Amino acid sequence: MSLSIIESCVNCWACLPVCPSQAIVEAQPHFLIDAKKCTECEGDFALPQCASICPIEGAILDQFGQALNPPGSLTGIPPERLAEAMAEIQAR
Amino acid sequence: MELMVLGQNDVEEKPAGGCSAGSCGSTDDQVDSLPEHIREKVHNHPCYSEKAHHYFARMHVAVAPACNIQCHYCNRKYDCANESRPGVVSELLTPEQAVKKTMAVAANIPQMTVLGIAGPGDPLANPERTFQTFRELSEKAPDIKLCVSTNGLALPDAVEELAQHNIDHVTITINCVDPKVGAKIYPWIYWNNRRIKGVKAAKILIEQQQKGLEMLVERGILVKVNSVLIPGVNDEHLKEVSRIVKGKGAFLHNVMPLISEPEHGTFYGVMGQRGPSPDELSDLQDACAGDMNMMRHCRQCRADAVGLLGEDRGEEFTMDKIEDMDIDYAEAMVKRAAVHESIARALAEEEARESGGGMQVDAGTRPVLMAVATSGSGVINQHFGHAREFLVYEASPSGVRFIGHRKADQYCIGDDTCGEKESALTTTIRALQGCETVLCSKIGFEPWDELEKAGIQPNGEHAMEPIEEAVAAVYREMAESGKLDATDIAAAA
Repeated sequence: MSLSIIESCVNCWACLPVCPSQAIVEAQPHFLIDAKKCTECEGDFALPQCASICPIEGAILDQFGQALNPPGSLTGIPPERLAEAMAEIQAR
Repeated sequence: MELMVLGQNDVEEKPAGGCSAGSCGSTDDQVDSLPEHIREKVHNHPCYSEKAHHYFARMHVAVAPACNIQCHYCNRKYDCANESRPGVVSELLTPEQAVKKTMAVAANIPQMTVLGIAGPGDPLANPERTFQTFRELSEKAPDIKLCVSTNGLALPDAVEELAQHNIDHVTITINCVDPKVGAKIYPWIYWNNRRIKGVKAAKILIEQQQKGLEMLVERGILVKVNSVLIPGVNDEHLKEVSRIVKGKGAFLHNVMPLISEPEHGTFYGVMGQRGPSPDELSDLQDACAGDMNMMRHCRQCRADAVGLLGEDRGEEFTMDKIEDMDIDYAEAMVKRAAVHESIARALAEEEARESGGGMQVDAGTRPVLMAVATSGSGVINQHFGHAREFLVYEASPSGVRFIGHRKADQYCIGDDTCGEKESALTTTIRALQGCETVLCSKIGFEPWDELEKAGIQPNGEHAMEPIEEAVAAVYREMAESGKLDATDIAAAA
């Protein structure tokens, strides 16, 4: 049972000090979660701390590979609007 | 790390400069009206004194990557458009590296008086890194002023330690005092081990900001308040913010324009929220000015800016370059003190000159906006085509006052950029809208013609002259030649 950080992580460090299990590892190209140490914060907090402070949608996954902060959940930008904006910029 | 940057990498160039110019009231620097004990603290601080910013430099060290809130004008994927954040190209520093860099810059740019920690996240969300940097610097480089800027969420808990490290200036970004307004600016905060959203989050943030402000003022630590002007969201509301923070003892209010483009990937950028026009910004600053000292020369620096406001010399001081520098700080301090003293003399002379003559034009003469190209030292010393920004001054019968700065694309960079040339000049001319004259050291024929066609008179006759004197001289000439007669107002508007 462990969460994981994937490549969309921007190495902002926010998760590292809030992890109660010291499971976050500073690494390149992006931070990682030590699966042996991660408890998903059970027994410490109601919700996983890394996923509660992470500013990047989709960067932290649960043990089933599901994003804890799905697209649109943090920025408030509807995913379809984001896709439109990107298409507009690329068409310039 | 694959960065999902919207569009390409053009964002890196965006807030390249330091804070920009634009503060203060008629002929006075905005610090002139402050009580003596505060004036003494800020007279050589480029961010707080419009006059000082022509001479003194500042730097930011990017030691604080984590953030505890999300703002709708910020994209954590690379940098924040509004609040001094480094792009992905810049280096995150350890406290040890930051101390080394600061001392290297201080030795090489003796006019650097101020070291700030402003991000790229929130400095107080990274307390160990931030305070370790301050602790070492206050021991090793006692002649450098230390500043910090924060969103305020963790501020009340940090006040004791800030006081211990002799931090005498703190900037709090306060965009609202009403949680309903706040909910439109801040999607979430991380608080008591939870992510909290909406009005509830904004309410906590506002309470922490106000409490932090009060605690700092109680301890005699100077507080500046930054606000991002977001049209239709907090524009009218900022007048109330200004009144409240002034009432609680903030000594300066800095209203900055929202910077918002879709390619920044921010909520506001993608959702089409526009930034304010120069007039909207200026009007709101004027409206708030009745309540407190307003600052207009802020350039919205990156969290790793180095140099005078409006310039960035960060490239000269990357970590690999600093490794090779051997700094004798005791020796550097002697040199720095001498430089600071000569700047103080120059400032005093400038003040003496200004108090000398009045404007000597009829009281009813209409005011005129003029743009100035300068690379520092308070004189007109920049080629029109090299200016990345212009300072805008208003001349009127009561004197010359600084209004703000306008960013311009540098259309002439000395290489083969012809394809871009025309459109860049057009952009510059648009940025100068409302100005009737542009003062610079030199200017080419082509832009001269284009400026004249746009109704802006280029003027290269005051090269190397002090800005305010030159602006006053041009204003008097315009008045004498009848260009400013009352009947002209309609035409000029």
